[in-house]
Amino acid sequence: MIGAEFQAIYVMWLREMKRFSRSRSRIVGVIIQPLFFLVILGFGLRGAILPGLTGDYIDFIAPGIVAMAILFSSMFTGISVLWDKQFGFLQEVLVAPISRFSIIIGRTFGGATISLLQGFIILIISIFLGVTVSSTAGLFLTIIFMVLLAFTAVGFGLILASLMRDFQGFQIIINLIILPLFFLSSAIVPIQTNENLPKFLIDASFANPLFYMVDGLRGSLTGMNWVFDPLINLVIVFIICAIMMGLGTYFFSKSEA
Amino acid sequence: MKLMTSDIIKTENLTKKFDNFTAVDNVSFTVKQGEIFGFLGPNGAGKTTTIKMLTTLLNPTDGFAEVVGFNIIKQKDEVRKKIGIVFQEPALDNELTGRENLDFHARMYGLDKKNRKTRINQVLKLVDLVNKKDEYVNNYSGGMKRRLEIARGLMHHPTVLFLDEPTLGLDAQTRRAIWEYIKKMNRDEGTTIFLTTHYMDEADYLCKRIGIIDQGKILVIDTTENLKNSVGNDVITLSCDDLEILIIRIQKEPWIKNIKMYGSSLTLGVEKGEEKIPVIIEIAQSLGLKIKSISVRKPTLDDVFLSFTGKNIRIEEPEPVYKKIARRRLLGR
Repeated sequence: MIGAEFQAIYVMWLREMKRFSRSRSRIVGVIIQPLFFLVILGFGLRGAILPGLTGDYIDFIAPGIVAMAILFSSMFTGISVLWDKQFGFLQEVLVAPISRFSIIIGRTFGGATISLLQGFIILIISIFLGVTVSSTAGLFLTIIFMVLLAFTAVGFGLILASLMRDFQGFQIIINLIILPLFFLSSAIVPIQTNENLPKFLIDASFANPLFYMVDGLRGSLTGMNWVFDPLINLVIVFIICAIMMGLGTYFFSKSEA
Repeated sequence: MKLMTSDIIKTENLTKKFDNFTAVDNVSFTVKQGEIFGFLGPNGAGKTTTIKMLTTLLNPTDGFAEVVGFNIIKQKDEVRKKIGIVFQEPALDNELTGRENLDFHARMYGLDKKNRKTRINQVLKLVDLVNKKDEYVNNYSGGMKRRLEIARGLMHHPTVLFLDEPTLGLDAQTRRAIWEYIKKMNRDEGTTIFLTTHYMDEADYLCKRIGIIDQGKILVIDTTENLKNSVGNDVITLSCDDLEILIIRIQKEPWIKNIKMYGSSLTLGVEKGEEKIPVIIEIAQSLGLKIKSISVRKPTLDDVFLSFTGKNIRIEEPEPVYKKIARRRLLGR
C-alpha cells in the first residue's frame, strides 16, 4: 500500500524529468533568461549608486536573480497541471488508485527539482562572476531558502491551476500579481531601505511573502543588505511554504477533472 | 475477491445534477460479469456523466452504485483498482513514447518491474503497436492513440473496462479494427466491458445487451436481439400521398405488428416483409392512393431508437476543440 504510493510519487517525478530533459528550448530558455538579467543588470549597474544600497550592486542582484529563476520555473510546473487538464491526461492520473496527496507530492518534487537545478546553475555562475559568499554555513542556509522557495512557488502554481479553467487568465495573473510582487520583493532594487519611496509602499512591501524569501537568500548568501536576520526569515518562509503547500493540496484535491 | 453476485456494475436511481440541469436522472441498471454492455444515446444524453460517476471522477447527487462490489462513493480506491477506462478524449502524454505511457500507468497501479515488462509487451501485441512502442505519442495517428489507450486500460488486468465512445472520430476501417480489439479482449481476457456510443451499428455489433438513454433517462434495457424483435422481424418503410387514409385502413390488418408515422413516411413492423409489399400496394390502389416509395429491410437499432424516442438518433460530428473551449469559457466552467 505504502509502496504503491511511493512508486506513484516516483513516477510523477520521473515524468516531469523526462518532459523537461526532452524540451531543449525550455532548458536553454530558463537558463539564458536569468543569466541575461544577471549579466546585463549586474554589470550594467555595477558602479551605480542606488538609494538604500550598500556595497556592490552585483552582490545585491545575484540572490534576487536566483530567486527569480526558481520562482518562475516552479510556478510554471504548478501551472502546467492546466495543460494536463486541457489534454485530458489529468483524468488518467486522477482515476488511478493513488491518493491525491501523493500525486501532488510527486509533481511538486518534480517541479522543485527542475527549478532548483536552474537555481543552482545561476548560483554557481554568480559565484564565478565574483559574487561575495559570506560563509559555508551561509551557503548551506541559502540552499535551504532555495528549496523552500521552490516548494512555495509550486504550491502557488497548483492553486492557480486548480482555480483556472484555461490559460486565459494566466498572463493577467503574471502581470498583475507576480511581477509587482517580484519587484516589491527587493529582488532587483532595494525597496525597504529606500527612503525615496512613499511610506505606504514600504509598509505594504512587508506583506509580500516573496520579500522574506529574497531577503533570507540575500542575507544568508552575501551577508549584506539584509533587512531581517536570515534565521527570522527562515521561520517566516517556512510558515509561508507550509501554508502554500497546504492550500495547493487542498485546492487540487477539490478540483474535478 | 469480494463478489457476492455476478453483477459487476449495479446502480440504483443514480442521479447527477449540475445546477438546475439534470444530466443523469434516476438511472438503474446492472451489468453482468463477462458481458459487453452498451449505453446507446445521442450526444448529451448523460452517457459520459454516468461513466464519470462509475469511475469515481464525479460524485453522484443522489442514488447509489456499486462497481465490482465496491461503493463508488465510500470505496473509491477499491473501485479504482478494479477498473480500466478509455476516455472519450485522448488522455495520453504526447511528450512520452507509447511504451513510456504504458509504463507510467503500470507504476501508478503498483505493478512490479517484472510484471510491467511482460504486461506491456502483452497489451502492445494485443493492439498491434509493438513496432511503434518507442515513438512519441505526438506522432501517432488518431487510431493508434485510441489503440494505445485501450492497451493502457487493460494494463492492470481490470475486472471491468469502461470505454467512452471508443470509435468517435475514427475512419470506417479503423473503427472495424477497434471493434475487433474490443471483442478480442472481452474473449481472451474475460474483461467485462461497459461502453457508450451513439453509433447504432457499433452497439449492434459489439453488445449483448444495451440500454437506450436519452435526456438522462434510460428508456429501455434489453438484449439487442429482443430489442430488434420488438420492432418486428422486418421493417417496411413507405411514403405515399395521403398517409392518414392508408393508416386507418391498414391498421385493421392482423399481420401488422406495429405502425408508426414519422414525418412523411410510414414504418411498419411485420413478419416476412417481402410477401407483404404486394399486399400493401394492393390495399393502397384499392383506396386510390399512389405509393411513392416502398422498401423492406431488417430492423436496426436505429429503428429501435426511433420507436422508443420518436426521433432519429442525432448523429453529430465530434465537436472541434476550439468550439469546446469557447463553450467552456462561455459557461465559465
